[in-house]
Amino acid sequence: MTTPPAPAVAAPPVLSVDALRKAYGAVAAVDGVSFRVHRGEIVGLLGPNGAGKTTIIDMVLGVVTPSAGAIRIDGADLGARRSAALERTSFAAVYAPLPGNLTVRQNLRVFGLLYGVAALGRRIDALLEELDLTALRDVRCGVLSSGEQTRVSLAKALLNDPRLMLLDEPTASLDPATAREVRARIRAFVARSGAGVLWTSHNMFEVQEVCHRVLFLSRGRILLEGDPRSLPREHGLATLEDLFVAVAREPLTLERG
Amino acid sequence: MRPVRVAALLLRQLYLLRGSPARVLPIFAWVAIDVVLWGFITRYLNAVTSPGFDLVPVLLGAVLLWDFFGRVMQGVTMAFFEDVWSRSFLNVFSTPISIPEYVTALVVSSVATSAVALGVMVALAAAAFGLSFLGFGLALVPLLLVLFLFGIALGVIGCAIVLRLGPAAEWLIWPIPAVLSPFAGVFYPVATLPAWMQACSRLLPPSYVFEALRALVAGRSVPASAFAIGGALAIAHVLLACWIFVRVFRYAVRTGLLARYSAESVS
Repeated sequence: MTTPPAPAVAAPPVLSVDALRKAYGAVAAVDGVSFRVHRGEIVGLLGPNGAGKTTIIDMVLGVVTPSAGAIRIDGADLGARRSAALERTSFAAVYAPLPGNLTVRQNLRVFGLLYGVAALGRRIDALLEELDLTALRDVRCGVLSSGEQTRVSLAKALLNDPRLMLLDEPTASLDPATAREVRARIRAFVARSGAGVLWTSHNMFEVQEVCHRVLFLSRGRILLEGDPRSLPREHGLATLEDLFVAVAREPLTLERG
Repeated sequence: MRPVRVAALLLRQLYLLRGSPARVLPIFAWVAIDVVLWGFITRYLNAVTSPGFDLVPVLLGAVLLWDFFGRVMQGVTMAFFEDVWSRSFLNVFSTPISIPEYVTALVVSSVATSAVALGVMVALAAAAFGLSFLGFGLALVPLLLVLFLFGIALGVIGCAIVLRLGPAAEWLIWPIPAVLSPFAGVFYPVATLPAWMQACSRLLPPSYVFEALRALVAGRSVPASAFAIGGALAIAHVLLACWIFVRVFRYAVRTGLLARYSAESVS
């Protein structure tokens, strides 16, 4: 397993989240979460189901309003300058496929215009080529396989040359070979562009391979933070998966200081 | 407001229409059937009633204008339903598009589809039943404009209802024109209605349109105040509809409904 290239931590972060909170009535789904994602950095957002990962991503995407706290994307305050903040942000998730009644090219054209991508035709052709989608360009997305749909979602996420990518389980439902290929493409994009990535996954091998840093969430709060390769040892555990299980079962014993 | 984002959703509608006869046909098929049905009813009534009064512009003209209003409203809601049916809210609203841009795209999409419907209806009514709107001259323009604005208003309110109550609320939206038609005095003077229904009529811009249509057919002049009140009410309805949509959208974002729309409720 290789260690990903070091991120540019000296530069201003592409994502700043401060004291973020989301409550539904008396229940806090996210409770006072603060973190940064730097340029060229892939940050893993880990935690058991219901820990608040997707709620955090939804808030960063502007589709859920925080109850409190602030989100800045590439310096733009999401609450005050939503369009500017989202212009260089992108998103891909297995539960948010592109409309199945449009072809690959049609979807990319529509979303390219929504993101205001310059020289859109050339950009789409380049991404189709890069992600091996050229032969599928005129196929409706609804009839593509899971792996092909994931590649199309990834093409959409790369269209606007994002500064910040939010990837919610981007390799879920993919076979190991396709998942490896998708991880390699995302890492290559990050290395080339210097984008920051917030990545959720339940695959701890994948997290160790791609993430520079991980945040362990439980019950809406960050319990642990660190390098996924050294963090298990720091807590007397053998693997990241063991640490994940410990966080899920006994969060109170692992509160971060 | 970035026109390119509005254009993106219009392009999406164009792609969907181009590849789907099931979407193209309803734009003009039902209104054409209405024109044919009411054209023959009117022809029959002309034959059995006293000669000298032509019912074609009164009844068929009213049907045509009412169907135009219905098409405008459905033009807005259909564009919105595409996002509901394809579960696109998360992908669309996580882009930089703003609510004014999104609503503008719904409206412009409706302009295009309702213009096609109007063209088909006018051509069919003229060719098959001799109905000509040219005789009304420029007076027709404000009548169509008021109906267009009210159609937009109800379309936007329909979108807000479906956004708030979930996809199953679609069935509440389709019958809205039928529910309103008795109050709007489409086929009879508003004075025919009981007092409480007349009070409702006064709040509906189409009631001024159809009163004006009957006056024009009878050769009477239409007071400018009728156009002004109908127009002002239609604009007020559009503003109210946009306000309601924004409120519902903010609710959906605040409660998490937008991100979990298929659940229909977050409670």
